[in-house]
Order: sequence, then C-alpha cells, then structure tokens
Amino acid sequence: MPAQFALDMALLDQHYRKLQAEVHPDRFAAASPGERMQSMQWATQANEAYRTLKHPTTRARYLLALHGVDTEEENNTAMPADFLMLQMEWRETVEEAYDERNIAALDASLKQMREQAQALEQKLVAILDQQQAWQEAAGIVRKLSFIDKIRADVEHKISKLEDE
Amino acid sequence: MSTAPHQHRLAVGIDLGTTNSLVATVRSGLSTVLLDETGHALLPSVVHYTADNQIEVGYPAQLQQSQDPQNTIVSVKRFLGRGLNDIGDTSHLPYRFVESPGMVQIQTRAGIKSPVEVSAEILKTLKARAEQALGGELTGAVITVPAYFDDAQRQATKDAARLAGLNVLRLLNEPTAAAVAYGLDNASEGIYVIYDLGGGTFDISILRLAKGVFEVLATNGDSALGGDDFDRRIFCWILEQASLQPLSPADTRLLMTKAREAKEWLTEHASASITAVLSQGDIINLNLSQAEFHALSQQLINRTLNPIRKALRDAELSIEEIKGVVLVGGATRMPQVRKAVASFFGQAPLTNLDPDQVVALGAAIQANILAGNRSDDDLLLLDVIPLSLGLETMGGLVEKVIPRNSTLPIARAQDFTTFKDGQTAMSIHVLQGERELVTDCRSLGRFELRGIPPMAAGAARIRVTFQVDADGLLSVSAQEQTSGAHANIVVKPSYGLSEDQITHMLQTSFNSAEADKHARAVQEVRVDAARLLEAIDAALRQDGDKLLNTEEKAAITAEMENLRQLAQQDDSDAIQKAVDALNHATEAFAARRMDASVRQALAGQTLNTLEL
Repeated sequence: MPAQFALDMALLDQHYRKLQAEVHPDRFAAASPGERMQSMQWATQANEAYRTLKHPTTRARYLLALHGVDTEEENNTAMPADFLMLQMEWRETVEEAYDERNIAALDASLKQMREQAQALEQKLVAILDQQQAWQEAAGIVRKLSFIDKIRADVEHKISKLEDE
Repeated sequence: MSTAPHQHRLAVGIDLGTTNSLVATVRSGLSTVLLDETGHALLPSVVHYTADNQIEVGYPAQLQQSQDPQNTIVSVKRFLGRGLNDIGDTSHLPYRFVESPGMVQIQTRAGIKSPVEVSAEILKTLKARAEQALGGELTGAVITVPAYFDDAQRQATKDAARLAGLNVLRLLNEPTAAAVAYGLDNASEGIYVIYDLGGGTFDISILRLAKGVFEVLATNGDSALGGDDFDRRIFCWILEQASLQPLSPADTRLLMTKAREAKEWLTEHASASITAVLSQGDIINLNLSQAEFHALSQQLINRTLNPIRKALRDAELSIEEIKGVVLVGGATRMPQVRKAVASFFGQAPLTNLDPDQVVALGAAIQANILAGNRSDDDLLLLDVIPLSLGLETMGGLVEKVIPRNSTLPIARAQDFTTFKDGQTAMSIHVLQGERELVTDCRSLGRFELRGIPPMAAGAARIRVTFQVDADGLLSVSAQEQTSGAHANIVVKPSYGLSEDQITHMLQTSFNSAEADKHARAVQEVRVDAARLLEAIDAALRQDGDKLLNTEEKAAITAEMENLRQLAQQDDSDAIQKAVDALNHATEAFAARRMDASVRQALAGQTLNTLEL
C-alpha cells in the first residue's frame, strides 16, 4: 500500500485479510508452541497495523511519525481561536442536552462532530499527500484528536442515559 | 506418532449452555448434532449428586431438581467465574453457597463443588457421548462461550474443559459460531447482526461477512440476562397472585419448573394454566394469558435493546446498513422477542436454523478446521474483546489499556516504575469493564511482579505487556528495561484456579490411588509430546530443507529422537524436559517459517506501511 493519507480502504481490507489468513493463530492450532507464539505475535501486529491505517487520525499521526514529526498532542494544546470557540459551543450544547436527557440532541451533536472531522480529513489529503506541509498537518491531527475525544465522551453520555 | 497426516481426526464443537448443552461434529462434510442413546440432541445442563455417591447429568438429574434441589445444580453457567456478589439476588436459588476468593462454590452432599467441577461433569458427559458415537478418542474440541463473557468466565470455562479431559482447540464466541453455521449455509455477504438470547446470557454481535472471513465489528450484551429471567418473572407473578409465604427449596424449584413450562406453552398458545400442589398442601391454580406474559417481560426485552444500540455505535453503523438479523438461543422462540427484534431493525429476523443447535453446529465446523481435517483456507474468524481491560490508578480510578471491541489477538505495553529504594516487587490490579471507578468494574485480580532488580526509587522501568489471545484470555509479562539484562520478573495472577487446585481436582475427580495419579501425569505429558512431535514432523516435511541447513536440521531431529525415546518410558519429568528442549530447539525454525509465510502474503506489496 502506498505510504499516503488517501487510501483505498477496500484494498486495505483485502490486504489485511490476506495477511491474517496466513498468520492467524487458528492456522496454527496443531503447530508447536514456538510457532503458535510467533503466529500470535504476527497476528497482533497485523491487527495493530490495520487499526492504525484504518482510522484517519491514527493514520495521519503514523505518516507524520514516518517523516519524523511528533504531533505533540499531550503538550501542544494551543488551538486557533475559531476552533476554540467551536469546542466551547460543543461542550455547552452537549452539557445542556445531557442535563435535559435529550439523546436526540446528543446524536445531532455527534453528527456535527463527524462532519467537522470529515472536512478536516479532506484537508489532510491535500496537505499530507500533495503539499507535504508536515507542521500544518500536525495541527490538524491535534484537532482531530480532540474531536475523537469529545465524540467518545458524547457516546459515553448517550450510553449512560440509555442505561438509566 | 501413529497418526498419518491424512487420517480424519475426531473433533467436536460443544455448546456449553446455561440450560442445555450440545455436542456436534462434521461428518461427511456436514455439521451434525450428536444424539444420546435415546435420541436426544439436548443435554439439560443439570448435575445431580445422588445419595449413593453417583453423579447424574442431564434428564435424570433434571427429574431430581424438585425432590433434591440442594444437590441438583441447574444453570451452573451463571456462577462460572463469578463471586457471590456478582450473582446478585440468590433468594430464589435453593443452593448453599460458599463464598471463596474469585469464584463462589456450592455445598453439596458430595462436598464443596466449584462451578468449574460441575461444568466439567456436563462436558464429560458430552465427551463420552461423542466418543461413543464417533468410535474413538477426541483430538480436540471447540467450546463456545457467550461473547460477553469476561476473562474470569472464559478462564473458568477452559479449566472445566481441562478437568473433563478435553483438549481445547479454541474458545469460540457463541454468536460467531452461529454466524459460521448460518453464513456457510447461506453463502451470505454483508453486515449481519446475531441476536443471541440463551438460557442465562444475552449477546449481540455485529459481523461483516466477506468471502469466508467472519469479522466481528462490535459485540455487546449482558452476561446475566436470559430465558431464565423470563421464568423468574412468571415465578414472581405466581407468588404475587397466590400470595404465598416464603417457600421451601423444593417448592421453589417446583414453581420455577411450572413457570418455565408456562413460558414454553405460551410460545404457541394464547394462555397457559399453571397448577401445582405445594408441600404444605397449598393448591396453585392460575391462568396466564400471552398478553399478560408480554407485559411481564417487556422490561427484560427492553434490556436487550440497549446493548444493540451500543454495538451499532461502536461499529459506526446505522440500522439501515444491516443486511440481516439472525436469531440464536432457545429464548428467541418467544413471539414477543421476535416482534421486538423485527420492529427494532425494521426487518423480519432470519430463523431458518434451529436456534438451539446453530451454535454447536458452527463450533463443530471450526473444530473440524482447527483439527486439520479441512485444508482449504477459506474460513477465517476475527473476533474482538467484549469489555475493555484497564488498570487501577491513583484514587480508585481505572485507566483503560485495551479498549473493548479491539480485534484479537491484541497486545499493549505500559511502563511502570518503583516508588521506593530497593523495591523488588509490585502488584498491578487489572480490571475489566467500561466504568471509570474500580468499584464499578469487574476485578480480574492482582498480578504480582517479583524479582525486580533493586534500584533507587523511580529508576527502574518495568515494561508490562498485556496480551489477549484469540480465545480472549489475558496473559501478562514483564521486563525491566534499564538494567539491560532480561530481568526475570515473575508474573502471577491471583484469580482463576491455580495449577495446584486443578491438579487437586483432577486427582479427586478420578478418586485414584498414587499409582493412577502417576500414570495420569505420564499420560498427559505423553499426549503433549506426541502432539509436538507430529507438529514438528509436519513442519520439517514442508519447510525443513528450504529453511534449515544440515546442522540445524540434525540438531532438531536429535532432540526429536531423544523425546521419542523418553516418551516410551514412565518418567514424566524427563519427558517434560525433553518437550521443553525440543520447543527451544525449534524456536528459530518457527520464526523463519512465519517470516516466509508473511513474505508470501505480502508479495508484491511494500512492507513499510505495515511495519510499526
């Protein structure tokens, strides 16, 4: 597969399955313990690779790492003002919807976040694959990573409301 | 090794269910459920310890459950790998529970029994049935477990199989097994939901089926919700209607049986009459309509819908993307369940395979492949971990290490350090579940790390690796990084049965003299040796000349010869040592074989996107 952000996902699936078909522990049920251990390690790595390449945020982070760029998500929390505003709006809307136990509103927020993420991913295609503007890309990865976190939080809140 | 490579190996799939268990095998290319001598497919999962020191399993045991409830264990799967506080309300259960660390036990007239031992009795019966029907000793078995079973429940199932003398080829998730049976029959492609409501567990799995690959995208469920709960609703309704005083264990069991019969009757009838005479002479005579039963069970059905919503969200799928919904488990016969599923998904569920048998049939197909009877590589099962694994951190919080719905196998490493000068041991508390607080998750126990080289506080860097295998079982390994040397850190889990406990159970279950114990130990290690020799023989035949030079090959064959010699004798320790030596001698060969097959799979692709 080409080392680029725009990936043919069907091809990725196909390669992943082909690799797992070779290395998965179920292929080595009757093998020696040494081969079974090898198989588990390979299958573990194949899963890790697939997971990394499948999700846009981790794929972009990985590509940047290949070019020696650290996305610094832990310590670089500076965000452009407009994105900060958006964050605050989302937080408020989500808190409000949660207090009102309004699952439909939370779902609507999720949808917005998904759309915002997709727009950023579109940008990454140009910035990573064509312009190779690594630092700018790192900034987008930090945004995406933030959106991933808030999405997980909203999903968790929906689950909680459903369980009550 | 006597087994020729082309010889058909006897392998079975076992559905160890809460209420009923089954065993199936592939015969002449067709998966079939094996019947007992009276023609029954189902074995009621009931074990009775009789007054004359016998153990009855199945229908004869079921007949005793009202007369001898304290010594007749039903639905033991609910207790497997669970502590007393996990089980919840036990007031309707006639057993004398004994709290013990990790897993509850039950006092019977045959002594204190672990749910592992009780389950082993069911498995032994199925093993005997299979060996009788197939006319030989089994090579191995695939045992199914609810997808939502946690690590402790899975480990307990595996221990039970070992106690029953079964070689476990794989623990397979029940919905995945059902998908195999279903998918292969129908040559389906696309995204399918398996709705599996069994006797005591509920699972939902979303799978993508494509060209023989069964990829689980998400799973969810409730490992304490099933058909039994519907019985209990009717049971409580009876108590309420008849305003009964607290009941004796025998009366409780009798009314539970009446409740189950009423539930089954209502599947095809508009109303059920419930009549019984209790031990004190009270007469029960009630009539339950289908509509009343539906109202009674509405809340239980709603409890199955939330896990579906969660699984859909985790898989990032909407209801419209689901191509089909398959119903599994006897409890899905209830019309109100079918109606609720149909209305949730907006399509009629698929029911063309017997919901009681489909899990065992799928497990048998997988067992047949794992035993090496089928060489075509067109079936691959990719399953996920159902619940997140985490570690206890400061303030009683859980830090997630492996998120739920990660494809198995998976490994994650985490670094730890010491907080005292010269500290040589530490303990890691591992939990499973989705909640933030330690007290809200299931504690899998503490792993003790011993043998850390003494250093100043904070200087040691201990990398702990959490590996979850294809069976969903966790193992933990640790290594000190800074000392350079491979510090030998011993990791010991504090849950599940210890090796000593299993050995003890094996011995008592065979009630054997010293000589027999010895014979059994030799027998076990000989089986291991034979299996290893066969595996290496096959590997050498395939790749020996390609991947090994003459000396390397000679070194391996010398170890093999040594093991073959020792396996003829009766020294189990010596055989074990030779097994270990042969394993060690073939490590490099194993690595080269794997590299070769990976290169083949990736032929024509650049490796760099897969290297991490």
